[in-house]
Amino acid sequence: MAKNNVLTDPLIDNNPIMLQVLGVCSALAVTSSLQVSLIMCVALTSVVACSNFLISAIRNQIPSSIRIIAQMVIIASLVIVVDQILKAYAYEVSKTLSVFVGLIITNCIVMGRAEAYAMSNPPVASFLDGVGNGLGYSVVLVSVAVIRELFGAGKLLGITILPTVNDGGWYVPNGLLLLPPSAFFIIGLLIWAVRSYKPEQVEERDYKISFPVRY
Amino acid sequence: MGLRKFFDSIHHHFDVGGKYEKYYALYEMVDTFLYSLKDVTYKAPHARDHMDLKRMMSYVVVAAIPCILFALYNTGYQANTALQTMGKTGADGYAGFILNLLGIGFDPNSIFANMVHGLMYFLPIYIVTLAVGGIWEVIFAVVRKHEVNEGFLVTSMLYTLILPPTTPLWQVALGISFGVVIGKEVFGGTGKNFLNPALVGRAFLYFAYPASQSGANVWVAVDGYSGATALSLANESGFASLPQAGITWMDAFLGFIPGSLGETSALACFIGGAFLIFTKIANYRLIAGCLIGMIATSYLFNTIGSDTNQMFSMPWYWHLVIGGYAFGLVFMVTEPVSGAMTNQGRWVYGALIGVMVVLIRVVNPAFPEGMMLAILFGNIFAPLIDHFVVKANIKRRLRRNV
Repeated sequence: MAKNNVLTDPLIDNNPIMLQVLGVCSALAVTSSLQVSLIMCVALTSVVACSNFLISAIRNQIPSSIRIIAQMVIIASLVIVVDQILKAYAYEVSKTLSVFVGLIITNCIVMGRAEAYAMSNPPVASFLDGVGNGLGYSVVLVSVAVIRELFGAGKLLGITILPTVNDGGWYVPNGLLLLPPSAFFIIGLLIWAVRSYKPEQVEERDYKISFPVRY
Repeated sequence: MGLRKFFDSIHHHFDVGGKYEKYYALYEMVDTFLYSLKDVTYKAPHARDHMDLKRMMSYVVVAAIPCILFALYNTGYQANTALQTMGKTGADGYAGFILNLLGIGFDPNSIFANMVHGLMYFLPIYIVTLAVGGIWEVIFAVVRKHEVNEGFLVTSMLYTLILPPTTPLWQVALGISFGVVIGKEVFGGTGKNFLNPALVGRAFLYFAYPASQSGANVWVAVDGYSGATALSLANESGFASLPQAGITWMDAFLGFIPGSLGETSALACFIGGAFLIFTKIANYRLIAGCLIGMIATSYLFNTIGSDTNQMFSMPWYWHLVIGGYAFGLVFMVTEPVSGAMTNQGRWVYGALIGVMVVLIRVVNPAFPEGMMLAILFGNIFAPLIDHFVVKANIKRRLRRNV
């Protein structure tokens, strides 16, 4: 596979959230504000990229029977590094993100890429694959966060865009968008939009209607 | 017949290959609304019944008529009474303007004045619901090439009746869009929606704009008048304080209390319910199950008792008449698509909702009204309940043949 495809495929064509439906948990939890989402995207992208690189570098030394444990050790160490850096340089944000940085360890995208790509490809390609998947994750997270923060609080990155009624403006904020379930709806609608645009992403039905239907 | 001939003469435009092929759904909607279907089943087996989807849906709207009439009266009555208490002689806004123009006045004792005043709030909400929801229906029908059907008439009517009278119209439009698109069309349209679209729309508004969907200021259509619903009063200071606040059980039963447009009168709901059961559109098992669940749970809470939570001591006959219980029981629990389909399942499904509604009302401090959430909860469990009933049936029959 050419390297540029590794980088751009996961953006739309093979998006980890929208097509593979991985890593949805954190997409629901952190997207109520754009700033937090951006930090989360950077954290996840660096963890996926580095873990892919490291795992790929030692892939021929890892015995297949304990490969999951070996991968976990690498991923967990990287997550701890990211967590400590956040605590040192962005303490406020790290408090908002709370457990979700720690939970990158269990993020399906990280494990998924390590298993599916890094274990059978050279380090540089794996690194690019990690960056690409991190960016694919970021595309969805940022879109969801923009919608949620803009229409839920009338702000973007803390800057008022739509002045809300409580502050003397005209915009009535939509409280539902600040609740995690709204991310479900938004991701669902995004998937719907992407699949209407790219019908090849639609899965085949697992049932058949046997009688002729007229319309 | 002239009209029939006109339809026949334009029919070929809408057929496959015709000029307006895309808009067949629109043609079909108007045609079948006015005339019975020409198409017949062409493959066996043939089941003959006068009760098709259209008739069934129209019956539900007919059953809602008592609620609609009472909604008009009570909305106006509450508004006019509030105006009188506040010592005002006229209402603000366009409603007051039109009422002044027609010289109808704001006398709470005049049934006619109340009805017209109520109409000023009911009609805009209903028109917006029909227009916005109708546009979505037609878009989906045209794109997906299915028919526009009467399910939406019911949805729009029920949705209007469960909104507070002061709901801003743009919120009405947003709510019905969400209800129709997310509650119904994404799952494939009428007959495939596992949630009640009207309730989905209402729930969306409830969580998105709590300020205009709950609290004390939204139930009476007068600016600045605070009239809490009976449920939130009972939630705050116990049901025993309701008569002191001017609400007797009879008031609540007949519906002379502030609340959503059409759900205040238990009596009007029960009249509609009797009609639905008589015409066999509503399955009595659903209603009975829901009543049993509600009564049993409220007895349980009465027996447990609580010093801090006043709602524990509320008897079942109060639960029955206040809030949206009666309306939900008659029009939402009995909805055939989103409810359980098997007979045993219907008992369980009804009971589940009955238990949940009391549970939410009594134990949950955040939501005074539990019916909407309880029914949505039941909707989600309905397929699972059916699954177990079917599995149990298969097991029983297997044992018989061993």
